[in-house]
Amino acid sequence: MRMTGAQMVCESLLREGVEVVFGIPGGAILPLYQTMPQYPQIRHILVRHEESAAMAADAYFRASGKLSVAMATSGPGATNLVTGLACAMMDSSAFVAITGQVSRAAIGKDAFQETDTTGVTLPVTKHNYLVMRAGDIPRVMMEAFYIARTGRPGPVLVDIPKDVFIEQDEFEYPESVDLPGYKPTLHGHPTQIRKAARLIKESQRPVILAGHGVTLSQAFQELKELAEKAQIPVITTLLGVSSFPGNHILNLGMPGMHGVAWSSLAIDRADLLISLGARFDDRVTGRVSAFAPRAKVVHVDVDPAVIGMNVKTHVPIVGDLRRVLRSLNREVEAATHTEWLAEIEQLRRDHPSLHIRDTGNLTQQYVIRKLWELTEGKALVVTGVGQHQMWAAQHYQFLNPNSFITSGGLGAMGFEVPAAMGAKVARPDALVWSIAGDGGFQMTMAELATMAEHKLSVKFALMDNRFLGMVRQWQDLFYKRAFYATEYTRSPDFVKLADAFGILGLRVTERSQVAEAIQEAMAYDGPALVDFVVDPEENVYPMIPPGESTHELIEAPKEAKGVPATRRRDILPPEGDF
Amino acid sequence: MKHTLVALVQDKPGVLNRIAAMFRRRGFNIASLAVGQSEQPGLSRMTFVVDGDSTIVEQVTKQMYKLIDVIRVSDLSTEETVSRELALIKVRATAQTRSEIMQLVDIFRAGIVDVSPDSLVIEVTGDEDKITSLTKLLKPFGIRELMRTGRVAMTRGGAGGQERGRGNGATPSKETEA
Repeated sequence: MRMTGAQMVCESLLREGVEVVFGIPGGAILPLYQTMPQYPQIRHILVRHEESAAMAADAYFRASGKLSVAMATSGPGATNLVTGLACAMMDSSAFVAITGQVSRAAIGKDAFQETDTTGVTLPVTKHNYLVMRAGDIPRVMMEAFYIARTGRPGPVLVDIPKDVFIEQDEFEYPESVDLPGYKPTLHGHPTQIRKAARLIKESQRPVILAGHGVTLSQAFQELKELAEKAQIPVITTLLGVSSFPGNHILNLGMPGMHGVAWSSLAIDRADLLISLGARFDDRVTGRVSAFAPRAKVVHVDVDPAVIGMNVKTHVPIVGDLRRVLRSLNREVEAATHTEWLAEIEQLRRDHPSLHIRDTGNLTQQYVIRKLWELTEGKALVVTGVGQHQMWAAQHYQFLNPNSFITSGGLGAMGFEVPAAMGAKVARPDALVWSIAGDGGFQMTMAELATMAEHKLSVKFALMDNRFLGMVRQWQDLFYKRAFYATEYTRSPDFVKLADAFGILGLRVTERSQVAEAIQEAMAYDGPALVDFVVDPEENVYPMIPPGESTHELIEAPKEAKGVPATRRRDILPPEGDF
Repeated sequence: MKHTLVALVQDKPGVLNRIAAMFRRRGFNIASLAVGQSEQPGLSRMTFVVDGDSTIVEQVTKQMYKLIDVIRVSDLSTEETVSRELALIKVRATAQTRSEIMQLVDIFRAGIVDVSPDSLVIEVTGDEDKITSLTKLLKPFGIRELMRTGRVAMTRGGAGGQERGRGNGATPSKETEA
């Protein structure tokens, strides 16, 4: 069928099952936008900044496993996508970005709003395309979606010159992709899987390190089966936090820089470390030479390049985690590891790690703990980056699989607003709570307008400490309390701001008001924001200083008179969707 | 240690850029790089010489494979290979020194491809050591310009195209490397 390039893009989106486009139009992409009304099946959400389009599309994938599109015009539109692309790339999340480009004849002439978009985005995309003929659009679109969602997922960008949108050609959607240089390995090598099973059998002190790969390959059941069958404790990375039930007896929680001490110490003492879809980020390992010094390492990942990149591996297994675990679970023998689990239980008692200081002040930890109680651990939690993110990972006990969405690898502040929006679009029935920092929130808060417009009922717990809290913490601990450029001396009135955006705004300054405000926000039919005016003096503990090992772990501030946190798994009954 | 890697890649605009950008970003050092058409239409073959230990070469190989346009990568360092480099050397030559230079050229089985009143252009093919020693010997005469292609390499014997294994269904591209 003969059609324009713009129609071909829309036809391709339909064939790839795209339901949502987050975007902003502009000159170069206008021919595509003017074609979109012919395709009412595709919902367009007009965001306020292209970075938010990318981050919303990223979170949409994390929440649903489905691909959406971030759309932007040439030049500034495209460059504004970069942070969102980098964020998705680092965290193996995926979407397809479609950008307009200046007309073919103008490329390379420094035309108005011209940027070398494929050049700029090359290192932050899994792959990208500049399409120079309308006839190439169907093949390129099919490849873009295929590459984005398969193997280790990643964002793919398709840059299309304005006159290519207008050019007419025959539309024929290919039956399948033909990419001789792209064949992800999905089935783990049987010999390697047997070797891993043997190491598990021989080990006395095994631990599992579960990363984002568990969620990406939907291997929740398989992970649980392995852990329970061989009685192996499960440590979760930041992106793996909701990959294993938060109340499970074998769940140790997060290790590393702000992980709980017993997890880091368990890795330190382990004789076998089974990494499942994790990539040994420096926030997990600390100083690599001192990381897991007694352990043999089994590393399962769909991306061969992350195996052996940071940590020496004894048994590498390349493959889709769910398939590998299914095979491994057949080979693994049941075991108990009673002594090892008792030893870890002792570590938990000796290093409580999750103290909430009883200063009488309103603290972020307290708010998050209350939020967890009132949502029964079943909210879909989205965070920004910094102290509140770490406290959310520590103090919210996730009972539903894939219910924690956060910018891990890139650590992109501002993620909390557009990502919460994207997650809510992907899972409209979920209770979405964005635990937001006041720094990051102010980077992207313009999207409150988008959420009000589309009645996206996201609830914001704004941790308003009037500081860039984590930077302040580093200044406190490593720069002799020289607090420079971290304080907001004149923050906006966030309640009035909420009101201006047409959403509910509440302010909380005392512990006694927390529960009521959370309930009121949840009861409200529409987006709501609770401005928690919290103590800026609180620091996140435990902490392993950057580049150090578990030997340098700081458990709590020296002057702390903390009371041990209630044993978390005693509070809620073990139920959820795992 | 220097490793010789040979890669079969799609002959498309920007492929060299993708590979070079990956090397730069990951901090790998390319000692030399040679690119040209392969026996298969639409595919180019690149020879890299990479400086680093086996861990680095393993990472280079894995990162190369992550590029969609890279079809196959082989490390030829442990193989029986033939490897060659070509150099053009423009050397100052007067009536007094010309015959001495021509004797050196003969010894190295090199050739003279241009003669002018005060210079000669010498073409020499061989491994890096041979080219380097000829260059050293010519230095006292005055080297005005030196151009080396970088190493190209191929395994000895066998069926050929041994790095082709990952599939050969590539469709020829009308576009060529920009």
